[in-house]
Amino acid sequence: MKIDTLLGHPSDWLRGDGPHHQIVISSRVRFARNLRTRAFPGWAKKAERAQILEEIKPQVDDLPEMQDAFSEYMQELTALDKQVLVERHLISREQAAKNAGSAVVINKRQTLSIMINEEDHLRMQALRSGLQLKNVFKLLDKVDCALEQKLDFAFHPRLGYLTACPTNVGTGMRASAMVHLPALVLSDQINQIIQAVNKIGLAVRGLYGEGTEAMGNLFQVSNQTTLGEKEDEIITRLNQVIEKIIEHEQNARQLLLQKRLSTLLDQIGRAFGILTHAHSMTSKEALNLLSFMKLGVDLGFFPDGHRPVIDELFMETQPAHLQKNSQQKLQVEERDALRAGIIREKLKQFPEPDVGPNPEPENGSSEKPDDE
Amino acid sequence: MTCDVCKNSDATVFLTQIVEGKMQKVNLCDSCAKAKGVDDPTGFALADLLLGLGAAQEIERGSGSSQRCPACGFSQADFKKTGRLGCAQCYETFSEGLNSLLKAMHKGTHHTGKVPARIARQVERENALKILQRDLQKAVADENYESAAQIRDQLRQLETSTGS
Repeated sequence: MKIDTLLGHPSDWLRGDGPHHQIVISSRVRFARNLRTRAFPGWAKKAERAQILEEIKPQVDDLPEMQDAFSEYMQELTALDKQVLVERHLISREQAAKNAGSAVVINKRQTLSIMINEEDHLRMQALRSGLQLKNVFKLLDKVDCALEQKLDFAFHPRLGYLTACPTNVGTGMRASAMVHLPALVLSDQINQIIQAVNKIGLAVRGLYGEGTEAMGNLFQVSNQTTLGEKEDEIITRLNQVIEKIIEHEQNARQLLLQKRLSTLLDQIGRAFGILTHAHSMTSKEALNLLSFMKLGVDLGFFPDGHRPVIDELFMETQPAHLQKNSQQKLQVEERDALRAGIIREKLKQFPEPDVGPNPEPENGSSEKPDDE
Repeated sequence: MTCDVCKNSDATVFLTQIVEGKMQKVNLCDSCAKAKGVDDPTGFALADLLLGLGAAQEIERGSGSSQRCPACGFSQADFKKTGRLGCAQCYETFSEGLNSLLKAMHKGTHHTGKVPARIARQVERENALKILQRDLQKAVADENYESAAQIRDQLRQLETSTGS
């Protein structure tokens, strides 16, 4: 399959039809695996890396899941194509920086992606829409079982799967979910959540940008440790925590509707106004405003049928997607103008926020949202 | 004193954490401290940061700075530079230093999860061999030679099978 054919298909996980899809965008599991007798990719000499690649790639291409897949050496991809794959979460930034000696194999539905010679010989991931970590794990486990028949993986009786970085040793597994938490951010509860989750050995990170500078109110929740806990224990624990986070986000949304309706309407109204009228927009601003539009759909201020447009814009307004779709390399200012244009065009048919079913709050405090 | 992470700016944040009775010190500049989330101590995972800073000292303490992995030639100085190991064998070569590092980093010290089928079969076979050897000794000790001959045949069969 050619790169343009692959990219022409929207990723399955972007369809937004999985369980809890309003808050959980996607679930992802990745395994790190290495060959027993070979130096890790970062330490192997060029010739050995090439041998490793030729040893692994045919086995990956042979997988029943990878029939009709996109399979390519990194040096054959343009910088822009690599960046598009990064934005779709199909390869890592680290893999995007690789050239000869590394490769990537991705199935057509883009639910399965296998990187060869990233930090480890094999980095394989499965990715689905919504909260379905167990299904995603099962899919990846099957692929792993098939590969271990053909490849001699480095495994230590006490330490488990051996990885280039000691932080991944053991299961070699990182399970994560991408969550959209605008109400927790808006009500200043997000830091509490991050701290609570960190205390129990899980990590919450902003999806774009680190720490509190999370753009688009998108966060990634994942396990931090890989040794001393079984795979299904890690996944069960993570799943429980994510369900709790969903609950907190839903409560925060209800509270906003009841106590701070005017603030909420103001944010959504401004997002709508700016997105439909701006002529220059950075990807950061777009992400943040689209986040409020998404919240607006979730809360019924926009008809549910308009949800896919917003979900698509999250991806299409990313820098590499923008350039790929316009078939040219663009300067930052040109990109911002193009982005604003695409958003205006896509939202042309988008109705204004419908504030009807939720009347303005009583006693006239609506004009002063931050009143003491 | 310069920042341990960017090695450019002056360090203004001095972090000390005691893990398993060992003191770890990290000096950071303002912007690196913010980037690593150190300004929020409850939400901060030192393990991430220790990697590549404290980790190298840990390995040095365990195995000495001159040791090289016989399989791939990797040394602790290389670990200091990259924060990554050279090959699977490095886990044995630098095991002493790595063990305390892994202890500080992870939930446990023993893998309890998935085992490749090939290795699971191998372990099963080794266990079966052990049991048969014990039974054989017992049969010989009991002068039960008929039974001993049978067990010996079983053992031979198991030993010559490839185990895969």
